[in-house]
Amino acid sequence: MEPRRPPRTVSDPKVRQVGFVTPAAAPPARTVSDTAAMPAAGASQELPLSGSSLSPVMIPPPRHDGLSARVTALLPVPIAATALRLDNLQIRVGSYNQSEVLLGTPPMTSPSSRIEDAVSEFSDDVSASSLYGRTEPDKVGTAFPGRSGDLMPAKSVVAGGSIGSHTPENPPTASLVVKALPGITEKKRGMLEKQHDEAAAPKPLKEKTTKAERRALQEAQRAAKSAAKEGGGADPTNTKKDKVVKPTPQKKDVPEVAASSGKKVDRPLEKERKKEVLPLRMQFDDKHKVEKVKQRAIVNQREAKSRVEFFQRLPQYVHGTQLQELEAKFFQLDAVHPSVYKVGLHHLSGKITGGNARCIAMLLAFKEAIKDYSTPPEKALVRDLNAKISGFVSFLIECRPLSISMGNAIKFLKNRIAKLPLSMSELDAKASIQSDIDRFINQKIIIADKVIVRHAFAKIRDGDVLLTYGLSSVVEMILVYAHEHKKKFRIVIVDSRPKHEGQILLRRLVAKGLNCTYTHINAISYIMHEVTRVFLGAASVLSNGTVYSRVGTACVAMVAKAYRVPVLICCEAYKFHERVQLDSICFNELGDPDAILKVPTHVESYLYGCMDNDNLQLLNLNYDATPSDYVSMIITDYGMVSCNQLLIYCSVF
Amino acid sequence: MTRMDFEVVVLAGGASSNLSPLVSQELPKALLPVANRPVLSYVLELLEGSNLKDLIVVVEGEDAAQLVGGWISGAYADRLHVEVAAVPEGVGTAGALRSISSYLTANDVLIVSGDLVTDVPPGAIAATHRRHGAVVTTLLCSSPVSGPSDSGTSGGKEKAKKPVRHNIIGLDPTRQYLLHMATGAEVEKDIRLQKRILQAVGQMEIRADLMDAHLYAFKRTVLQDILDQKDKFQSIRQDILPYLIRTQLSSEVSGNGLVSSESGSNKSAVQDELRWLSQHREIAPSTFQDSQPLSLKSQRDDQRSHKCCVYIANESKYCARLNSIQAFSDINRDVIGEASHLSGYSFSAQNNIIHPSAELGSKTTVGPQCMLAEGSKLGDKCSVKRSVIGRHCRIGSNVKIVNSVVMNHVTIDDGCSIQGSVICSNVQLQERVVLKDCQVICHFFSVLYNLPTSWYGRKKCL
Repeated sequence: MEPRRPPRTVSDPKVRQVGFVTPAAAPPARTVSDTAAMPAAGASQELPLSGSSLSPVMIPPPRHDGLSARVTALLPVPIAATALRLDNLQIRVGSYNQSEVLLGTPPMTSPSSRIEDAVSEFSDDVSASSLYGRTEPDKVGTAFPGRSGDLMPAKSVVAGGSIGSHTPENPPTASLVVKALPGITEKKRGMLEKQHDEAAAPKPLKEKTTKAERRALQEAQRAAKSAAKEGGGADPTNTKKDKVVKPTPQKKDVPEVAASSGKKVDRPLEKERKKEVLPLRMQFDDKHKVEKVKQRAIVNQREAKSRVEFFQRLPQYVHGTQLQELEAKFFQLDAVHPSVYKVGLHHLSGKITGGNARCIAMLLAFKEAIKDYSTPPEKALVRDLNAKISGFVSFLIECRPLSISMGNAIKFLKNRIAKLPLSMSELDAKASIQSDIDRFINQKIIIADKVIVRHAFAKIRDGDVLLTYGLSSVVEMILVYAHEHKKKFRIVIVDSRPKHEGQILLRRLVAKGLNCTYTHINAISYIMHEVTRVFLGAASVLSNGTVYSRVGTACVAMVAKAYRVPVLICCEAYKFHERVQLDSICFNELGDPDAILKVPTHVESYLYGCMDNDNLQLLNLNYDATPSDYVSMIITDYGMVSCNQLLIYCSVF
Repeated sequence: MTRMDFEVVVLAGGASSNLSPLVSQELPKALLPVANRPVLSYVLELLEGSNLKDLIVVVEGEDAAQLVGGWISGAYADRLHVEVAAVPEGVGTAGALRSISSYLTANDVLIVSGDLVTDVPPGAIAATHRRHGAVVTTLLCSSPVSGPSDSGTSGGKEKAKKPVRHNIIGLDPTRQYLLHMATGAEVEKDIRLQKRILQAVGQMEIRADLMDAHLYAFKRTVLQDILDQKDKFQSIRQDILPYLIRTQLSSEVSGNGLVSSESGSNKSAVQDELRWLSQHREIAPSTFQDSQPLSLKSQRDDQRSHKCCVYIANESKYCARLNSIQAFSDINRDVIGEASHLSGYSFSAQNNIIHPSAELGSKTTVGPQCMLAEGSKLGDKCSVKRSVIGRHCRIGSNVKIVNSVVMNHVTIDDGCSIQGSVICSNVQLQERVVLKDCQVICHFFSVLYNLPTSWYGRKKCL
């Protein structure tokens, strides 16, 4: 075993950031750290690299150095220190970073042996489990949503270990995977088994190979063979040579490779994964499942025709049909309480948006339903009511996928119901649940918001220029509160198509007499010069520090990072989730695809009539994931925390 | 518990004056046959299809109520739970509601006119109503094109003579809110719009191609208050609805204590809800975006205003009201024609319905979109096109029936020619009568000449 590497630098991408990573950014950093020049890549690198890694954004003028230094001094958690500490912590926490994987690998002597090592990692369960014993397998296993299982072609590997080994950041793994997977994935398992029998004994490439390594080699050959078969004419040796020779050039474009591999591999392997780990969400590209769901679905929804391949597993319906069908079935839905129905319609029609508002509306509807509830004869309230709530929830999901905040609230409610003593009378039980709901709303949302406002208020100084993106209820409260307390500051509201939620915020703030600048996200790099702080809302904060929020947030945070402007995320603690998410692909919500087509011009629409074209695929994502690198601090009702302290809070809920 | 907190009231009417020759004491409007089924059955089956089985049917006049009640208990004995209420004649729709309003308990009331023939799901209106939290929601459908659509023989003439009347309906740009409504009869030379509403909305879309289908969802408390306080109100369409639309921005309703009493009479839980939401709204106003355009410019009135919403039926849906004789023949034609799924019958390959017990003479042709009920007999060389023929009719040889409705037990002798007419039950037409655009009500008739259009009445010849 090699001695521990020095801690990762800030610029080391520890998550695969699809969509937000700047192509030229990561690879140079990694080459530095990989090619044994590690001692050099020390602490001196951390800040300059982070700046240069964000190349598409203009490098800020030097005046910001002083500024950021000042800011750093002011903040309780300085940025640079945060990043370092964060890295150290996260290794322990079990996020999947490259250094950890490399820690376990034997010294690299040649490119080929490195590949073997990498292969051994994801094929050998013994070594994998021992390697990742210190990670938290259960947590990570459940928390890893879509992707993790993809890359385990032949072996069933312990969940925790497998995830670590599959991180696309690990350059050798990634490069090999890209070669090997198309073949493996498109084959069935049976095929692999057959090949296993046919496979010849591994030829000794090296003198000293452990059992694990031999096995790994075998895997690799098998993979290459199947890949060659799949590829048609390709010579197996050729592919293998490619694999062996390539590693160095490939490392440079790892992000792209990883992305493309994800694209090809994602769906077929998802099915295999399903056998092992329960999927968090319905996969809408699985025909059988979709059929099943359709049978018990309340509303027969028409699915959109052309969908972006990446997101086929997410539900995508023809917008507009849903509401009509749901409305027409109004009286047929026996099981759904009217108040729940109303909330569902509001979610669907967009009358209620925002994590907090949706959650409150849902809880109040549940409360109403519980009030009207009476236990049917020969049934226990605890079980029957929980089943009923589940029915409501599935109705709400049909209206619109649940937000994470709602999911947490439902979990809380169900937990409360389940814990009711059986001896309790129905009236008492109902009363207690209702008061529980009230308490949840009050403590976790209303009061939490007020606390967050107080915390954030301390961060606003006279003369600040605050930037916010879109529409966040907490951020609005903060701004209004600060204004009421005579702070002198200016606000930049960044907005984006197609929802233009920022306009709502703008209208309210201007009406209250705040000094606002309104711009669109295209101009973000221009406007960021002036900004001293960025306040953003969040739909959820995940346990690896990833902020899951309105699409565009990641972009804003990244630009802010490039300009060394602190990014403060305001999020109530009840929105935290213990899941770990690496990108915004595996878990997202699709909006109305036609909304992005409508360009407000004096002409009808330039794209009018294009909608039915088969070559056109529309993608309107609702959320994105901001990596914790770009977040300076998270303001919650428990105080201000940096991303690395999050897990403690997550475990509270 | 009522379904989804909605109660359903069917206003079946009595002996309507619009349909005076067709309906009578013996045959109230609700039982007027459309494709050999009482018109009320279309509404009842629509509601039954929507799972609404507890209904209140209001009929004007004791006798009519008895007839309707008798028919319903016979036809829907085990399927629907219907209460038939009789109200005095001439009280109007509002009066009818007033007399039963004390029985209503649910949060919202769905009011359906008994003469509606449609396939628009009532749930859609109810859901829209609920979604907006509106005070009233009405169903609007595109106005029917009167007269026979494809055979332009007649019918159009009658309509053409009358001045063209349009319903004027004002909507907001999102087509969700009802801002103005004037029915054809009220429209004089100019329309008056309320400046206030226009100011609040900014833009109003005025439509003349829509028709009020007389399917309303009302908030019960508001409806009851209006009925109590405005005892001069006669009709829903002419009084209550315009009143609500007129006052939707002003504080008049709340000034009268209608809205305030409404919130006062609500349950405590609702207040609770309001408290939470308002608390959250107070600190985080932006989470509750008002899609309602009314609030954009008149936020001061926002609290006090109530919403009048519309549900505009899809073009593909069929929606018609049997409120005139023209409409009667139109609906009869449509139900066996283009809107055939409403009739509930299965059509033969020739696209017509001939009961197995009907007898046809030699060389008799029954064209598509026709209906022959049980026990009818047709002689030789007859020709029937686009017509409905009732039960146990006897029709001689060489008879032509086009675009007509022949009700039960009618006897038509040889050589008659009937076009665009309605022939009521028990009529006997003697040889070689030629009828065009007539309504023949009872007993014998044996004229040999062509009658002028619109010539109808209780003629007893011979």
